[in-house]
Amino acid sequence: MSDEAATTGKPLLTPFNVIAGIIVVLGLIVTVLRFTVGLDAVTNLSDYNPWGIWIGFDLLVGVALAAGGYVTSAAVYLFGMKKYHSAVRPAILTGFLGYTLVVIALHYDVGRPWRLPYPFIMQRGTTSLLFEVAACVALYLTVLFIEFSPAAMEWLGLKRARKLVVRLTILLTIFGVVLSTLHQSSLGALFLIAPAKLHPLWYSPYLPVYFFVSSIIAGLSMVIFESTLSHRYFADKMDAAHLKEKDTVALGFGKAASLVLAGYFIIKVIGVSEGNNWHLLSTNYGLWFLVELLGFVALPCFLYAVGVRDKNIKLIKWTAAWTVLGLVVNRLNISLVAFNWHLPASERYFPHWMEIVITVFLVTLGVLAFRFIVTRMPILYSHPDYEDH
Amino acid sequence: MEESIHTLQEYMFHTESITYILIIGALLGITFFWLFLSQRDDDEE
Amino acid sequence: MSITRRKFLSWLGAATAGTTLGNTANAASNKHFSGYPNSMGVLFDNTRCIGCRKCEEGCNTVNELPAPERPFDDLSVLNTRRRTDAKTYTIVNRYDAVSNVKIKGPLYRKVQCNHCLEPACASACFVRAFSKTKKGAVIYDASVCVGCRYCMIACPFEIPTYEYDSAFEPRVMKCTMCSPRIEKGLLPGCVEVCPTEALTYGKRTNLLQVARARISKFPDRYVNHIYGENEMGGTSWLYLSAVPYKEVGMREDLGVTPAPKLTAGALSGVPIVVGIWPVLLTGIYAMSKRKEKIANTETKLAVAAAVEQANTEAKANLKSEIEAVNKMKQKEIDNAVKKALEEAAKPKEEEDSDAQPEKAEKKPSEEGS
Repeated sequence: MSDEAATTGKPLLTPFNVIAGIIVVLGLIVTVLRFTVGLDAVTNLSDYNPWGIWIGFDLLVGVALAAGGYVTSAAVYLFGMKKYHSAVRPAILTGFLGYTLVVIALHYDVGRPWRLPYPFIMQRGTTSLLFEVAACVALYLTVLFIEFSPAAMEWLGLKRARKLVVRLTILLTIFGVVLSTLHQSSLGALFLIAPAKLHPLWYSPYLPVYFFVSSIIAGLSMVIFESTLSHRYFADKMDAAHLKEKDTVALGFGKAASLVLAGYFIIKVIGVSEGNNWHLLSTNYGLWFLVELLGFVALPCFLYAVGVRDKNIKLIKWTAAWTVLGLVVNRLNISLVAFNWHLPASERYFPHWMEIVITVFLVTLGVLAFRFIVTRMPILYSHPDYEDH
Repeated sequence: MEESIHTLQEYMFHTESITYILIIGALLGITFFWLFLSQRDDDEE
Repeated sequence: MSITRRKFLSWLGAATAGTTLGNTANAASNKHFSGYPNSMGVLFDNTRCIGCRKCEEGCNTVNELPAPERPFDDLSVLNTRRRTDAKTYTIVNRYDAVSNVKIKGPLYRKVQCNHCLEPACASACFVRAFSKTKKGAVIYDASVCVGCRYCMIACPFEIPTYEYDSAFEPRVMKCTMCSPRIEKGLLPGCVEVCPTEALTYGKRTNLLQVARARISKFPDRYVNHIYGENEMGGTSWLYLSAVPYKEVGMREDLGVTPAPKLTAGALSGVPIVVGIWPVLLTGIYAMSKRKEKIANTETKLAVAAAVEQANTEAKANLKSEIEAVNKMKQKEIDNAVKKALEEAAKPKEEEDSDAQPEKAEKKPSEEGS
């Protein structure tokens, strides 16, 4: 990506735009295939492996990485950490776009996407955790949309509507945290019904707690990561407050992430002990589990701590990216790598290239939407007409 | 119309369905209760 | 144990919750469900199976499934390990190495839906597309299915399959225990055609007795374990085997916990979060708000104090300034008087003093600056 790409009114044929254009065209072609020929034509899904990367990455990772919205708004509006105020809007925007893409991805994955409202309007399968996830994601997407709307309203000059929404801030934030707690944890709880298929090191009655706690880590790291990228490509859109608070946010969120990672590490170890799975650590899956636990939990926890102590913003930023990667590894482990571990290699799943195309296509759409919005709406700066919010 | 519940699945469907109704009621109820509770607070906020 | 209830079909059904709850209250708190009484099942005895694939054919015929790639009398397909798929509700696999010396030749395993007493697929489905009938079959309703395939994730026996090749109406496909037939009093397709009575259809309770009788009559022939009696909370299909079940590809590590129990804890956490989180979060909000208010008050006080101090200082300054101004004024007056006096004395010596008026002009300009 080049700096020109970040600003409007500059030449269109930048390397970023060309690559994004190619991805979008490819994505559209595969989209047509998916919806006219069927899942078989574009995926490697099978009767043994009903969920692929569209669930493992697009849904599980997507929802976790979009956790920055509830984490940041809770910190600022509920916990009173006003000094991170400039991080709220970018985080809410990232969350809103993230959840939107999750819902779009689900349309690709489920067999009959036009029936997605059926759990609410036809028959409610209340014993299913997926019902809980569906209800919360639908509600939370609405909450995020309302939380995001003031930025759009400022852009469009809808002062009265904006005032109404701003008055609801606290209520929306509390609802957001409740709904996020529920569906972040329920995504982990989805796998509770399959103890026979998920490797015992990853299967634990604590799965919902693990998913919830790691979503906080992902949210915090994503805010740092996203602000690093925004600063790099949209610095001209940032106002003084954003530029000034940027390092404060990195230090504060880095410290919080380090602490939560420490707690997460502890409960993960307790999970191994409670499941009496110590002996499995010496197997191949055990080694991979240790890579995740030490390399993507303990290590970033320590690096964040060093970064915060030394006020080393650069280290914090790199650690944030590493932690985000660790979250991806964790979710893919649970949904794909350690799932169906009992099956012979020939029956295991590996994504079809067209599945990857769709995933990359959706991420690209997210980046493009983010760019479209931050170059137009007051996300990285405060609108001069509206004081404080 | 009287029927019996013979499976845990049916039983959980029954209890969870009621639970979800209670959840909706609880979310709305607590919001209005908070308004009722803090309506006469002296300070402006 | 059974609990009376009213039919609970929709959210509106909750209006009748009062009476229903009244009934459940009579039940013991430690609830146990043993399934529909008199529900049916099938017993598969692998010591009687000859691997003829007639059951596959019977299934295919009565369920009007598409014709297979290779005909049912082609037994060479047994050389490969197969599984059920969207076009096949049941298959038979052959296992050659057998640890029981009483058995000559290979053993076969028939695979189809086990029709759990507490189906994981039904527990997992968010549109209730699956249901356990009173007769014992676990049936699927394609008319509400969204196609999320969570049932396939949930099923410990890996039974539900999906029509991935259909773009517009993909369905989950699995054995229905020939539910339409058994409702009419007919036998399931596979049972009807089995030439060796390896399959026995009957009341599940009776089948358990039959199985136990066979084990006690031929203790050398069978392992002392009826598969499906307790696995995953019990299944309507029951199995007898000459060898430990894992030798014929059946998992023995599934446990006896019925599927709905696995998620019961997580589900019951949901209303607790809804109940407690708003209270906790509002509390935290109120605390931070209060802290902010105290901080604000302190700031206000500090500001007020600072302002007052500034005021006193300013007053003092003003006073001294006024004094200074007064002093200057006095000086001016003095100068003016002096000047007037000098001027009055001037006329006498006007010719020789040129510098004097210059001096008089300069003075006021200095004061103005």
